[in-house]
Amino acid sequence: MTPKDEQELAECVKDSSGTGRKLRIRGGGTRLALGNAVSYDDTISMDGFSGVSLYEPGALTLVAGAGTPLSEITETLRKSGQQLPFEPMDHRTLLNSVGEPTIGGVVACNISGPRRIQAGGCRDSLIGVRFVNGQGEAIKNGGRVMKNVTGYDLVKLMAGSFGSLGILTEVAFKVLPIPEVQSTITLHRADINTAVNAMSAALGSPFDVTGAAYLPAIKGADSKTVLRIEGFAKSVKYRADKLAEKVSGFGEVSIVRNDHDIWADIKNVKRLSGNSDAIWRVSVKPSDAPAFCAKLTQSCASAEMQLDWGGGLIWVRVPNDFDLRQSLNVAGHATIIRGDGFAAFHPQPSVLAKIEQRLRDKFDPVGVLNPGIMG
Amino acid sequence: MEMPIPSEMVLSRKSDIVARLRTVLPDDAVISEPSQTQAYECDALTAYRCAPMAVVLPRNTQQVSEVLRICSGLNVPVVPRGSGTSLAGGALPTADCVVLGVARMNGVLETNYDDRYIRVQSGRTNLSVTGAVEQNDFFYAPDPSSQLACAIAGNVAMNSGGAHCLKYGVTTNNLLGVTMVMMDGEIVEIGGSHLDASGLDLLGVICGSEGQLGVVTEATLRILHKPEGARPVLIGFDSNEVAGACVSDIIKAGVLPVAIEFMDRPCIEAVEDFAKAGYPDAEAVLIIEVEGSEAEITEQLEKITAIATRHNPVELRESKSSEESAAIWAGRKAAFGAMGRIADYMCLDGTIPVSELPLVLRRIGELSKQYGLKVANVFHAGDGNMHPLILFDANKPGDLELCEFMGADILKLCVEVGGCLTGEHGVGVEKRDLMMTQYNIADIETQLHVKDVFDPAWLLNAAKVFPLSTTKSRRAS
Ligand SMILES: Cc1cc2nc3c(=O)[nH]c(=O)nc-3n(C[C@H](O)[C@H](O)[C@H](O)COP(=O)(O)OP(=O)(O)OC[C@H]3O[C@@H](n4cnc5c(N)ncnc54)[C@H](O)[C@@H]3O)c2cc1C
Repeated sequence: MTPKDEQELAECVKDSSGTGRKLRIRGGGTRLALGNAVSYDDTISMDGFSGVSLYEPGALTLVAGAGTPLSEITETLRKSGQQLPFEPMDHRTLLNSVGEPTIGGVVACNISGPRRIQAGGCRDSLIGVRFVNGQGEAIKNGGRVMKNVTGYDLVKLMAGSFGSLGILTEVAFKVLPIPEVQSTITLHRADINTAVNAMSAALGSPFDVTGAAYLPAIKGADSKTVLRIEGFAKSVKYRADKLAEKVSGFGEVSIVRNDHDIWADIKNVKRLSGNSDAIWRVSVKPSDAPAFCAKLTQSCASAEMQLDWGGGLIWVRVPNDFDLRQSLNVAGHATIIRGDGFAAFHPQPSVLAKIEQRLRDKFDPVGVLNPGIMG
Repeated sequence: MEMPIPSEMVLSRKSDIVARLRTVLPDDAVISEPSQTQAYECDALTAYRCAPMAVVLPRNTQQVSEVLRICSGLNVPVVPRGSGTSLAGGALPTADCVVLGVARMNGVLETNYDDRYIRVQSGRTNLSVTGAVEQNDFFYAPDPSSQLACAIAGNVAMNSGGAHCLKYGVTTNNLLGVTMVMMDGEIVEIGGSHLDASGLDLLGVICGSEGQLGVVTEATLRILHKPEGARPVLIGFDSNEVAGACVSDIIKAGVLPVAIEFMDRPCIEAVEDFAKAGYPDAEAVLIIEVEGSEAEITEQLEKITAIATRHNPVELRESKSSEESAAIWAGRKAAFGAMGRIADYMCLDGTIPVSELPLVLRRIGELSKQYGLKVANVFHAGDGNMHPLILFDANKPGDLELCEFMGADILKLCVEVGGCLTGEHGVGVEKRDLMMTQYNIADIETQLHVKDVFDPAWLLNAAKVFPLSTTKSRRAS
């Protein structure tokens, strides 16, 4: 089904909630593999909800239909020298999927990228939503202004709810200027402990680091710890030099200007996309990363990794039947991004699981929206 | 303003309830003498007062849990309280409630500079969070003007902002996790010390829920290294429109100052009388602050002054020293005090799309004439969060009501142009009855569902945020 507006969509959902026919929600189809498998009778395509409805560069705000291709949004913003702050990753590389990612999919899965550590995630830039709940009611929350504490913040609740609370129809964002230049400071051949220490030192400096990732050594290539500085040219030069000086205490350092490719590859986790093994996304506090990675390597010699967010986000590739959660020896959680050997999301403590289930029951009492996707 | 009728059932069991509370708390932590509970009769929205039945001042999460277990067992309403600086009446008690104050819970539980967070008990004041890390040159970014007094508990409940949130975001963008006690006494950990917790973003909905979903007892907050330096520039214009256009042009040029504050003529004049900050004779003044190293500051200020110059400012004053910076900020910081000296005032907090600034300021001027009440505007212009201060005389019969009517008109105007009722102060009781101008009944009902999940008996701060008519059946059951 391809409803053309909110009213038609509401009718579709109302019908489904009456008959109990289960719906799968489809944006661009590039991230359908995320979450647990959905059992469904019909697919709702969001193609009818395409287009930027409001863009005010002077107010740093953009509002668009949930089905709008991400590329269209990026292009619209680029023309005025602006961008989505949170640098959403493109899952096509990892998931081997085709199609055009939509902004609704980005929000539903709360997709961010390396700049998350400095500019916040998708949920932080999102300032308003419209959605249709499981009973076919059109609901709005938030709006188009940057600061809004009127009532509960359901905007954040909807971000990352994987369509299980409602079908997003419209989303509004706070946007930011595209930095004039960018500089990448690379620390060469550090081991993981040194890398995490260096990244912590960088992120704890006044130099406003917008990316901090560690690419461990792989066949023939030495390890790299990369740090990103962005902004106006003079300022970037100054901070990059200062930061390089600071990090040089950890090993050999070099600086490259405007190496956008390396950050695109980190964002899209290109280095792990290769074979068809499982991909996990592990969230820990950065200083716990070395202990976890050591444990993981011990239990699975073939595990490959990439660290982002200063060590707080660990991407891992392991064989499909390897239960990574058994190796999670520190506080945090692990989500399966590719592979279906285990539940996609980390099991929640039972109190939280209960709260989440009750919320889902309220928003979608019959259980017609992406049933089972979050467990 | 209407408040629910206190429950006779509860009031008649007061001595029993107080006795039960004393079984889990030390004597000095349970206050029930009317002469003492009176100290808790209001927050910073002083127009509304009501002493609670009792006040408890626990010292830790366990005690909070025991208190809530008792209250929910006996069906006693609870109003959580931080420092009582809410401008929206968020901490206003009802006569049949127990006020649960977290002021004694002010410890630092953990600081971690490698992972850049601090974990505190929620009663700790905002400024003393920064105080705990500044010896290492770190700070906690959200900086409400009330930061000397307000508690993290209230900041989390209201999702408070501050002058520097244009760059650093508001509370919700700097909060990693909380320990919260649900109304039934169950203790939950939400989020943690890492980014993006698993599952639904419950932390996101708890922040800003105005004490209606649970009592927050501990919070994990992001801390940042201080910038190398900061410097403001003051720019005066001969019209609000031009000042507004200048803000928009600066943003469009890709410069992102940490703060852009706006003051209009009535505000400038009041501030000059009071603080003698040396502000120019202008219709509007912008204070724009940038951060970084000396060279970076210079670079950004060059861009800003070039843009401002195109708008023919009547004055453009770049700070040359820390004294001059302090002088520039002195007026802005004294604004509320200056107003308080000349009259009683009501501080509104609507947010508008920045592009609507000139229109909204003009309409506010018209409303001011129509109602015969003066209005001074001082606000965060970069994000459109307005703070019109309506001046009135509390001793003059009818003036408060007139002021409230006018305030409602201004807030409706904010919603009409695409904005919202409150950008950082919260709804509380103050804007409760205006909610339907921004949301329809289905939107409200969806929010009520969330409260149903966390507090099914509707005992926690239940008379706030939503129009009483929309919550009546729930509160009664
Ligand atoms: C002069 C002045 C200037 C101000 N400037 C700003 C500003 O710049 N920006 C801004 O955002 N605000 C500002 N405020 C408003 C106010 O300071 C904030 O809303 C602040 O966060 C309230 O904190 P508090 O600790 O005083 O909370 P309280 O007033 O005690 O309570 C506020 C709300 O939080 C709830 N609450 C309290 N403790 C808990 C808890 N433990 N768990 C759950 N809920 C709880 C209460 O029930 C209530 O709904 C200002 C106020 C004043 C008086």
